[in-house]
This record gives sequence, C-alpha cells and structure tokens, in this order.
Amino acid sequence: MTTIEIDHTSRWFGNVVAVNDVSMTVGPGVTGLLGPNGAGKSTLINMMAGFLAPSTGTVTLDGKPIWRNEAVYREIGIVPEREGMYDFLTGREFVVANAELHGLGDAEAAAALATVEMEYAQDRKISTYSKGMRQRVKMASALVHNPSVLLLDEPFNGMDPRQRMQLMELLRRMGAEGRTVLFSSHILEEVEQLASHIEVIVAGRHAASGDFRRIRRLMTDRPHRYLVRSSDDRALAAALIADPSTAGIEVDLSENALRIQAIDFGRFTTLLPKVAREQGIRLLTVSPSDESLESVFSYLVAA
Amino acid sequence: MYDPTVARLTYRALLGRRRAAILFVLPALLIVIAVAVRMFAGADDQVASDVLGGFAIATMVPLIGVIAGTGAIGPEIDDGSIVYLLAKPVSRPTIIFTKLIVAIAVTMVFSAVPTLLAGLTLNGNGQQIAVAYTIAALVASIAYSALFLLLGTVSRHAVVLGLVYALVWEALFGSLVPGARTLSVQQWSLALAEKTGGNGAITSDVGLPLATVLLAVVTVAATWYAGQKLRTLKLAGEE
Repeated sequence: MTTIEIDHTSRWFGNVVAVNDVSMTVGPGVTGLLGPNGAGKSTLINMMAGFLAPSTGTVTLDGKPIWRNEAVYREIGIVPEREGMYDFLTGREFVVANAELHGLGDAEAAAALATVEMEYAQDRKISTYSKGMRQRVKMASALVHNPSVLLLDEPFNGMDPRQRMQLMELLRRMGAEGRTVLFSSHILEEVEQLASHIEVIVAGRHAASGDFRRIRRLMTDRPHRYLVRSSDDRALAAALIADPSTAGIEVDLSENALRIQAIDFGRFTTLLPKVAREQGIRLLTVSPSDESLESVFSYLVAA
Repeated sequence: MYDPTVARLTYRALLGRRRAAILFVLPALLIVIAVAVRMFAGADDQVASDVLGGFAIATMVPLIGVIAGTGAIGPEIDDGSIVYLLAKPVSRPTIIFTKLIVAIAVTMVFSAVPTLLAGLTLNGNGQQIAVAYTIAALVASIAYSALFLLLGTVSRHAVVLGLVYALVWEALFGSLVPGARTLSVQQWSLALAEKTGGNGAITSDVGLPLATVLLAVVTVAATWYAGQKLRTLKLAGEE
C-alpha cells in the first residue's frame, strides 16, 4: 500500500500560478489525472516525481517528502512525457542501464522487457523505434525495479489505437496488482476507459475528485440530459413535465425519441420508472446523452 | 561516489555525437602544425614553446574542455533524458562526480596526449618543454572540466558561454588586460609548466602557490555547486 499525499500544494513560476492549493490522495489502483492542456497536470506530476519543489504545501510518499529525497525512487517508477532517452542505445542496453542504476541487473531488465512485450526489438537502436515502441521501453525502464508507484505523463500521446489498447491493458493489470498508478491525459475517453478514480484539474485548481459518474452526479445544479424512447413518448413527456425535477422535454422526431433535461438528478432517476409504471408505458431506451467526460469537463471549466 | 553506469552512458553520449568530431580534429591539427613547423623551421625551443603555448594550451585545451565538460551533461538536460538518471536512488553529487571524471578523462586524452606528441615532434622535449606543457594540459583539463560541467548544469547556453570564456576571456582579455590573466585557468596551469620547463622557457603571470590554490578551489567549488544545482534541477514540463 503506497500512497501519494498532496497537501495544500501550490506551485508558481514567477507570476504564473500553475498549481493552486491542490490537496489530493493518490492510492492503489489506476487514477486518471484529467484536465485540458496547460491545466497544471505536468507541474503536479513533476512535483509527485520529485522534479519540482512545491512553492507551498507538501507532497509526500507514505509520509516521506518527495522533493530532494532520492530514496523515494526505490518506490516510484516514472514514465516521462518527453522523448529524450539515449537514442544511441538499444532498447535492451537502455533498460539494463536503468536496472543497474537501481543496483539490479540483466535478469530484471529482461523481465521488464518481457512485461511490455518488447523482446522482439530489444536489440535495435532506440532511434529506430516508433512512438509506441519508445513508450513501451520507457515503461520497461520504469518497471524494472518493480515499483509500487507508477507515474505516467500523457502516456497515450501519439500512440495508435492498437498500442493504446495494449498500454491500457498493461496499466489495468498494474492497478489490479495493487500498484498506485497515476496517469495524466487531456483526452476524455482515455481516462474514462482506464481510470477507476479520476482527479480533475482545471486552470491549476482541483476541480473534482472521485468516480467519473459520481463526479457527474455531484454537480446536481447542472442539467442532465437523457435520451428516452418508450411505447408512448408524448404521454410520458406530459407526465414527466409535471414534476419539478424536469426542466424541459423535446420530442425529437428524427430520432423518434424524447430529449429530457433533468435538473434534480436523484429525484429524476426514481421518478422516471415510477411514472412509466403508473402510466403503463414501456421504457425502451434510457440513455444519458451527455454522460461523457466532455460534458463534465465543459461544466467544470465553466463553473 | 563513482557510478560505472552513469560513466558508460556519459562516454557513449560524449563520443557518439557529431560534436565529438572536434575532439579529433583539433589534436590532429596540432600534430599537423607540429610536423610542418619541425620540417620547415627545424627543432627550436622558442618555436616549440610558442606553438604549444599559443595553440595547444591557449586554444585546443579549453575548446576540448568546453566540448567534454558541457557535453557530459548539457545535452541530457536539454533533451530531458537526464530524468532517467535523476529518477534513481543515486545521489546527485555522485552523478556529477562521475560525469566530471569522464569529462576529465576525455579532455586529458584528447588534449594532453597530442600536446606531448606535438612537443616531442617539435623539439624532442628539449628544455622539458613537451613534458611541461603536457603537465599544464593535464592540470588545465581538470579545472576546465569542472568549470564547464558546472556551466552545462546551470545554463542551456553552456557551449556559447564556454566558448566566450575560453576564447574571449582567456585569449583576448588575457592579452589586453593583465589583471584578467590572474583569473585564468590557462595561466594557472602554465604556472606549473613554468616550474617544469627549463629556465625561462615558459612563463606564467601567476605564482605557483596561488595558481595551485586557485586550481583546487575552482575545481572543488564548481563540482560541489554543480551537485547542488543538480539536486534542485527543475525538469518542468512543457506546459
């Protein structure tokens, strides 16, 4: 059980505040650090990785400060966003060097290369690798000492869909093994697909935290949109609009469905099935039409 | 204090880069000059001293020091690959010390060895001139490596600053402003050469005790400070 604790941490560069009074706890499992470009995700990860001092507040690993503490790297594996990685070495030489710097050797390097399925190209120079291959060798270098914490900065950038799926699978496995895995992304679907827990950073502030759908539901003052198909759309619409939890209903003739805007999430979710049963209407489709991170995001940014 | 893996990576990075060509070109040039001078002017102590002092010590050694010293760390900081060294349970001063050893070794091999060969070619080590300048090159290699390694750690423009120091400060200012010569690695190393060479063959503007102290202080202080700077090196993202 390894936990990174960020406590009332800010970081500024001159007059620019990159991270503003953020507190969060990152524990075992896969956590997604989500936010638009320039939100402060990299700054936050750099502080968790010990590459940047917090201006105020503390960043600790199981209670030990991370900044200026080289011993934490026995626990932490880092997959940086930047591409620079000793291109003149072969993949194997690179991972072996990383192992040696941990006081380990060829066996651990070979195991790490096997984990990321890069054995087939391990004797080629890194300069000849594709983006996805580089990413996997970076992963191997971060995993070589079997760390309990894995920090990845925008790991899916520039990967093709197949490579992306492979890496997601690997990270899921790492999380399931009880490691603390944190990755940053500005791509909503990546976080949605992979992370069990999400931390949202917007403009340097910690905008939301928790399970994706919970985050969505927390924002009860925001309208929730649903697409509903039933055996009698107009009768259902009439019954629903009578309740204050519903703000608006549109009959979408092209979709042959109702577009419902609910303002009280909890109440609406119990109201809909109740009304349908009372009216003898069969519900055919109930789908939240904006339960994507994109919409959560735009709400958070606007808030 | 010395990490063989860091050393291996540094050697390969240093000698595998295109910039490394200068490491071979400058010594080759010195040897060519030495052979040409010997052929046309014959063996002459004064000429030998002029060539070794004017080109080997004044130009070649500092330039090779700039390439090796800044090249031992600067490119890794620039492209971000230093992160693979920093994210390890290896102390930052160990990383700096190891890179210093590599830079010193490379500078010595590419500057002191050709200086000795050129000196032997020029006058067959008459008046100990070849050995004296070789000692100067060895000593200067240590101080230049430490100085330029620090520069590579603290500045993204380390090569330019290093060249400015080596060419403008040591060569130009040194010849115009006598005081500048007191603060010159070149003069400090010549102070050692002065003691080794025959009477009056080599002169330095700095006395030997002061030169020794300054060489030691600069080397130790630059290395210590580079280690401190690396401990707080900010690898901020590109946001």
